[in-house]
Amino acid sequence: MEALTTALLYLDGVTVSFDGFKALNNLSFAIEHGEMRAIIGPNGAGKTTMMDVVTGKTRPDLGEVMFDGLYNLTRLDEAEIAELGIGRKFQKPTVFESHTVYDNLELALKSDRRARAALWWRETADERRRIEQLLEIVRLTAVRHRLAASLSHGQRQWLEIGMLLAQEPKLLLVDEPVAGMTDAETRQTAELLKEINRDRTVIVVEHDMAFVRDLDVKVTCLHEGSVLAEGTIDQVSSNERVVEVYLGR
Amino acid sequence: MLDVNAIDLHYGAAQALRAVSLKAAPGKVTCVLGRNGVGKTSLLEALAGQHTASRGTITWEGENITALRPPERARRGISYVPQGREIFPLLTVEENLKTGFAPLKRDDRSVPDDVFSLFPVLKDMLRRRGGDLSGGQQQQLAIGRALVMRPRLLLLDEPTEGIQPSIIKDIARAIVYLRSLGAIAIVLVEQYLDFARELGDHFAVMERGAIVYSCDRANLDEAALRRAMAI
Repeated sequence: MEALTTALLYLDGVTVSFDGFKALNNLSFAIEHGEMRAIIGPNGAGKTTMMDVVTGKTRPDLGEVMFDGLYNLTRLDEAEIAELGIGRKFQKPTVFESHTVYDNLELALKSDRRARAALWWRETADERRRIEQLLEIVRLTAVRHRLAASLSHGQRQWLEIGMLLAQEPKLLLVDEPVAGMTDAETRQTAELLKEINRDRTVIVVEHDMAFVRDLDVKVTCLHEGSVLAEGTIDQVSSNERVVEVYLGR
Repeated sequence: MLDVNAIDLHYGAAQALRAVSLKAAPGKVTCVLGRNGVGKTSLLEALAGQHTASRGTITWEGENITALRPPERARRGISYVPQGREIFPLLTVEENLKTGFAPLKRDDRSVPDDVFSLFPVLKDMLRRRGGDLSGGQQQQLAIGRALVMRPRLLLLDEPTEGIQPSIIKDIARAIVYLRSLGAIAIVLVEQYLDFARELGDHFAVMERGAIVYSCDRANLDEAALRRAMAI
């Protein structure tokens, strides 16, 4: 099969209606390999629905979603899409509270989950190295033996990002990672995502504009289910239509 | 008088409010503005008692209500109109209004005439189920239900969201009328600046869980307000 587009993710004319309300309205945009993109927009702009479509949770009424130029995601289910290498971090951290940081990452590693393999499983040197690496990336090496329940809110979010990375995704969707974080955690999260972006493509949905500025990447502003503006944060924030929309007009 | 003094609010380990202080006086409209996700609804929920502040105090009519549960606050005249309205879809309009009786003494359990003069459509639709009303009518019903409680503090969370312009005008008229009574302190959370600017006596803009700009109507600097709300 030959790739139809060079983009890693390509949404083309995606429309989703709920009871006649168009949550996505002919939405089109492309995310290139290795890119990090910030998605912003007021309430009801379609940010969550967009992620639901990409991850197969919602099927669009119209339009195509191409991944890696080869796969039309609208024809696949959630598990198949996850297998292709799309990982999603929901806003609320969902880690195994009563397990240690280390064990959480171990549980998330890609490995054979069939009964016999799981029963006779032993940690390999490779797996240990991989976990150490992940701990470094998500800044949790010092707290590796602590229970996840005892972590700060920011640390929990990082742990979950680490668990997603353990799955080796090609594309990472991150929903409002810094909501509820302290200023210091917010800054570190921007750094963390930039580091992750060296190896992987990332889409971040966020309301926190200081954080979006810190990311310093291309921004897409959605409104009423379509792209309203795209560009640097300065271009987008000086766009008259964007200003109006954020003032509720 | 409502006096919110440096409250924090946490959801688990995540912090939603940071040292928020706010005042609201009878006969005045205090507008809380800001983009989505900055903590406006969390603030109203802290005031209504749906979440308990983890630090700071909320004083209402001279009493510290920080630790009181929502029904106890409702009995003290605090009435909350949540975003998304949260009317009961299977109850009729009349039954929905009557749910506002809960905190009232038996003798007070009637629907005030004001409710129907402000929102005549509710009178026409008394027997209709709440779920069959349009979004705008549901919003009117939610405000009507709050008024049934004879509030002295009215908390309104984005009453204009997704509502058609003609009904937005009705809601603005209702707020102006309630303010003119002089007995109700109104806290209005909004993202629709023009609507808030028309009605507000005091303005506070939130960002990242904190109030970053506040002013009175008299010294309102529109450019500063817009900057504080912009991205």
